[in-house]
Amino acid sequence: MNFFTNYEEMAAMILFGIGFTTLLLDRNMIKKIIGFSMMDSGMYLFLAAKGYVEGRAAPIVVDGIQSMEYYINPIPAGLVLTGIVVSVSVSALMLALTVRLYRRYHTLDIDKITAQVRKEEA
Amino acid sequence: MALWQSIPFACILLPLGSAAMTSVLKGKFARRWTFIVLTVVTALSACFTYFIWGYGESYTYMMGHYPAPWGNEIRGGLLEGITALFFSLIMLLSLLGGVKKLDDHVLHDKHSLYYVMILLLTAALMAQVYTNDIFTAYVFVEIMTISACSLIDARTKGRTLVAATRYMIMNLLGSGLFLLGVILLYDLTGHLLMSNIKEAVAELHATGEYTLPLTVVVALISIGLSIKSALFPFHTWVPDAYGYTTPASSAILSSLVSKGYIFLLIKIMYRVIGLDVIMATGIHNVLFLFGLVGMIMGSISAIRQNDIRRMIAFSSVAQIGYVYLGIGMGTEAGMLAAVFHIFSHAVCKAMLFLTAGGLADASGNSKHFRDLRGSGMRSPIAGVAFTVGALSMVGFPFLGGFISKLNFGTAAMALGDMKTLLVLVALAVSTWLNTVYFLRTVITLYRPALPGSNYSVEKGRRGFCFSLSCVAFAAVNIALGILSQPIVSAIRMGLDMFA
Repeated sequence: MNFFTNYEEMAAMILFGIGFTTLLLDRNMIKKIIGFSMMDSGMYLFLAAKGYVEGRAAPIVVDGIQSMEYYINPIPAGLVLTGIVVSVSVSALMLALTVRLYRRYHTLDIDKITAQVRKEEA
Repeated sequence: MALWQSIPFACILLPLGSAAMTSVLKGKFARRWTFIVLTVVTALSACFTYFIWGYGESYTYMMGHYPAPWGNEIRGGLLEGITALFFSLIMLLSLLGGVKKLDDHVLHDKHSLYYVMILLLTAALMAQVYTNDIFTAYVFVEIMTISACSLIDARTKGRTLVAATRYMIMNLLGSGLFLLGVILLYDLTGHLLMSNIKEAVAELHATGEYTLPLTVVVALISIGLSIKSALFPFHTWVPDAYGYTTPASSAILSSLVSKGYIFLLIKIMYRVIGLDVIMATGIHNVLFLFGLVGMIMGSISAIRQNDIRRMIAFSSVAQIGYVYLGIGMGTEAGMLAAVFHIFSHAVCKAMLFLTAGGLADASGNSKHFRDLRGSGMRSPIAGVAFTVGALSMVGFPFLGGFISKLNFGTAAMALGDMKTLLVLVALAVSTWLNTVYFLRTVITLYRPALPGSNYSVEKGRRGFCFSLSCVAFAAVNIALGILSQPIVSAIRMGLDMFA
């Protein structure tokens, strides 16, 4: 078991787990959104950690070295950026929904909101 | 390269570009432009299906100037063509049927934004159908989630707000798992293009390396996508999300959004992981079991509803169970039945949601069965179309649903003893349950109204668009039943091209 050599991946998975459970189980909307951000950050950490090879540089050719051994693959970093853009827009949407829910029901607790909605309907 | 091979690219780019443009148009122009774009996309997809049928094999289309391992690709095949055609046609007809109700349900100055979301959703669907790059697929999955959430939220009401929030939470969990699966797969194989990943996975499978990570990848992707498409134990968001928003949104969500994810899953199974690797992991058995339980439990929940829209929503859960049952069989025949059921259910469910909206209109905007009595008489076209849809769901001959059930039955015969028995029993029980709640509803629609109730029939309220869409949907349903042979053989050809 490489628990100590792969500590970045370990940290990423722990973050993912914490974020996932918070998003699933916490009743507070703001905490849910924080959980979502943590879950996504965990995944980006994982991707970035996998994409980095110790001792190599970003593939920007300045001193004429064109050997593949000298550089890392830039695609994982690009994927992380794409993912960050996606998660920013999703967080914005979730926050907007939360603002609207709060204005209408004056609470952030999703269970209380659901109860109020049911009462409203009946 | 022939000109028609650029059609998939146009089908993605046209709605995507129009979505950006529509945001600055006024409501009326936005509506016209959306209808024009959807019609063009449908026509283009029909042309594409025709050409690819003649061409006889799939091809890849390079996006940008970089070839295979680096650049992004689109892939066109017969199955993609048929799926795109059905999806765009259903999108067009659903919007056509629900467009009048938008005036009541969506705030007046927000109309053009609704069309923006419709166009974005179309672009995302087309991209998921055609793309050959797994990360592009992920990005469009997220675009689809965001636009679908906005479609639920379009009707400004407390209930839809909560439904949209719950939808979003469940879908984010699903996309989180899916993204993690994609990232792990990328780390294992080093590729993002589906064909390259498949080669690498086949090599890994042959050498027996990384068996556990591959199983985890398959599990994460399957579970992520099945959360997003509302497979049974993850269906809790369905009834609220489909039940309270405007009818056009319900129709689009139930028939297209969930099916888009399932199509992506089938695509990943065939084109990315490979069916034999999936079989080796055994994850398909889990999907099979969930599908089986979903078929029964969805129907039982549907029987207990006294609200027509929630009943149809729970029926969707049962039908998604059918599709996953077909996928979980893991055979060519099962996959064929699943794909055909995607089409027949999409056509049927969109029609049911639209006509349920029409029937509620004729009953003082109530969706409860006691108020709906006699609404089939008050609103004849909606009543007949609902009956056609209900009969198709039950599996009446000459309609799409019958062919679906036949396909599932045939596919089940080729499985082992235990599985055959399970599928056949579940099919029988589920059909019986379907009959109970759908025929009960149809009978309710044609019973005389309760004494004392007085519904003024608003003439011309639903208008021409609604009737046209109902007739077209019913026609497609009957066409699926009668012309099933060419469609089934086309799907079979498409699945062969897929592998």
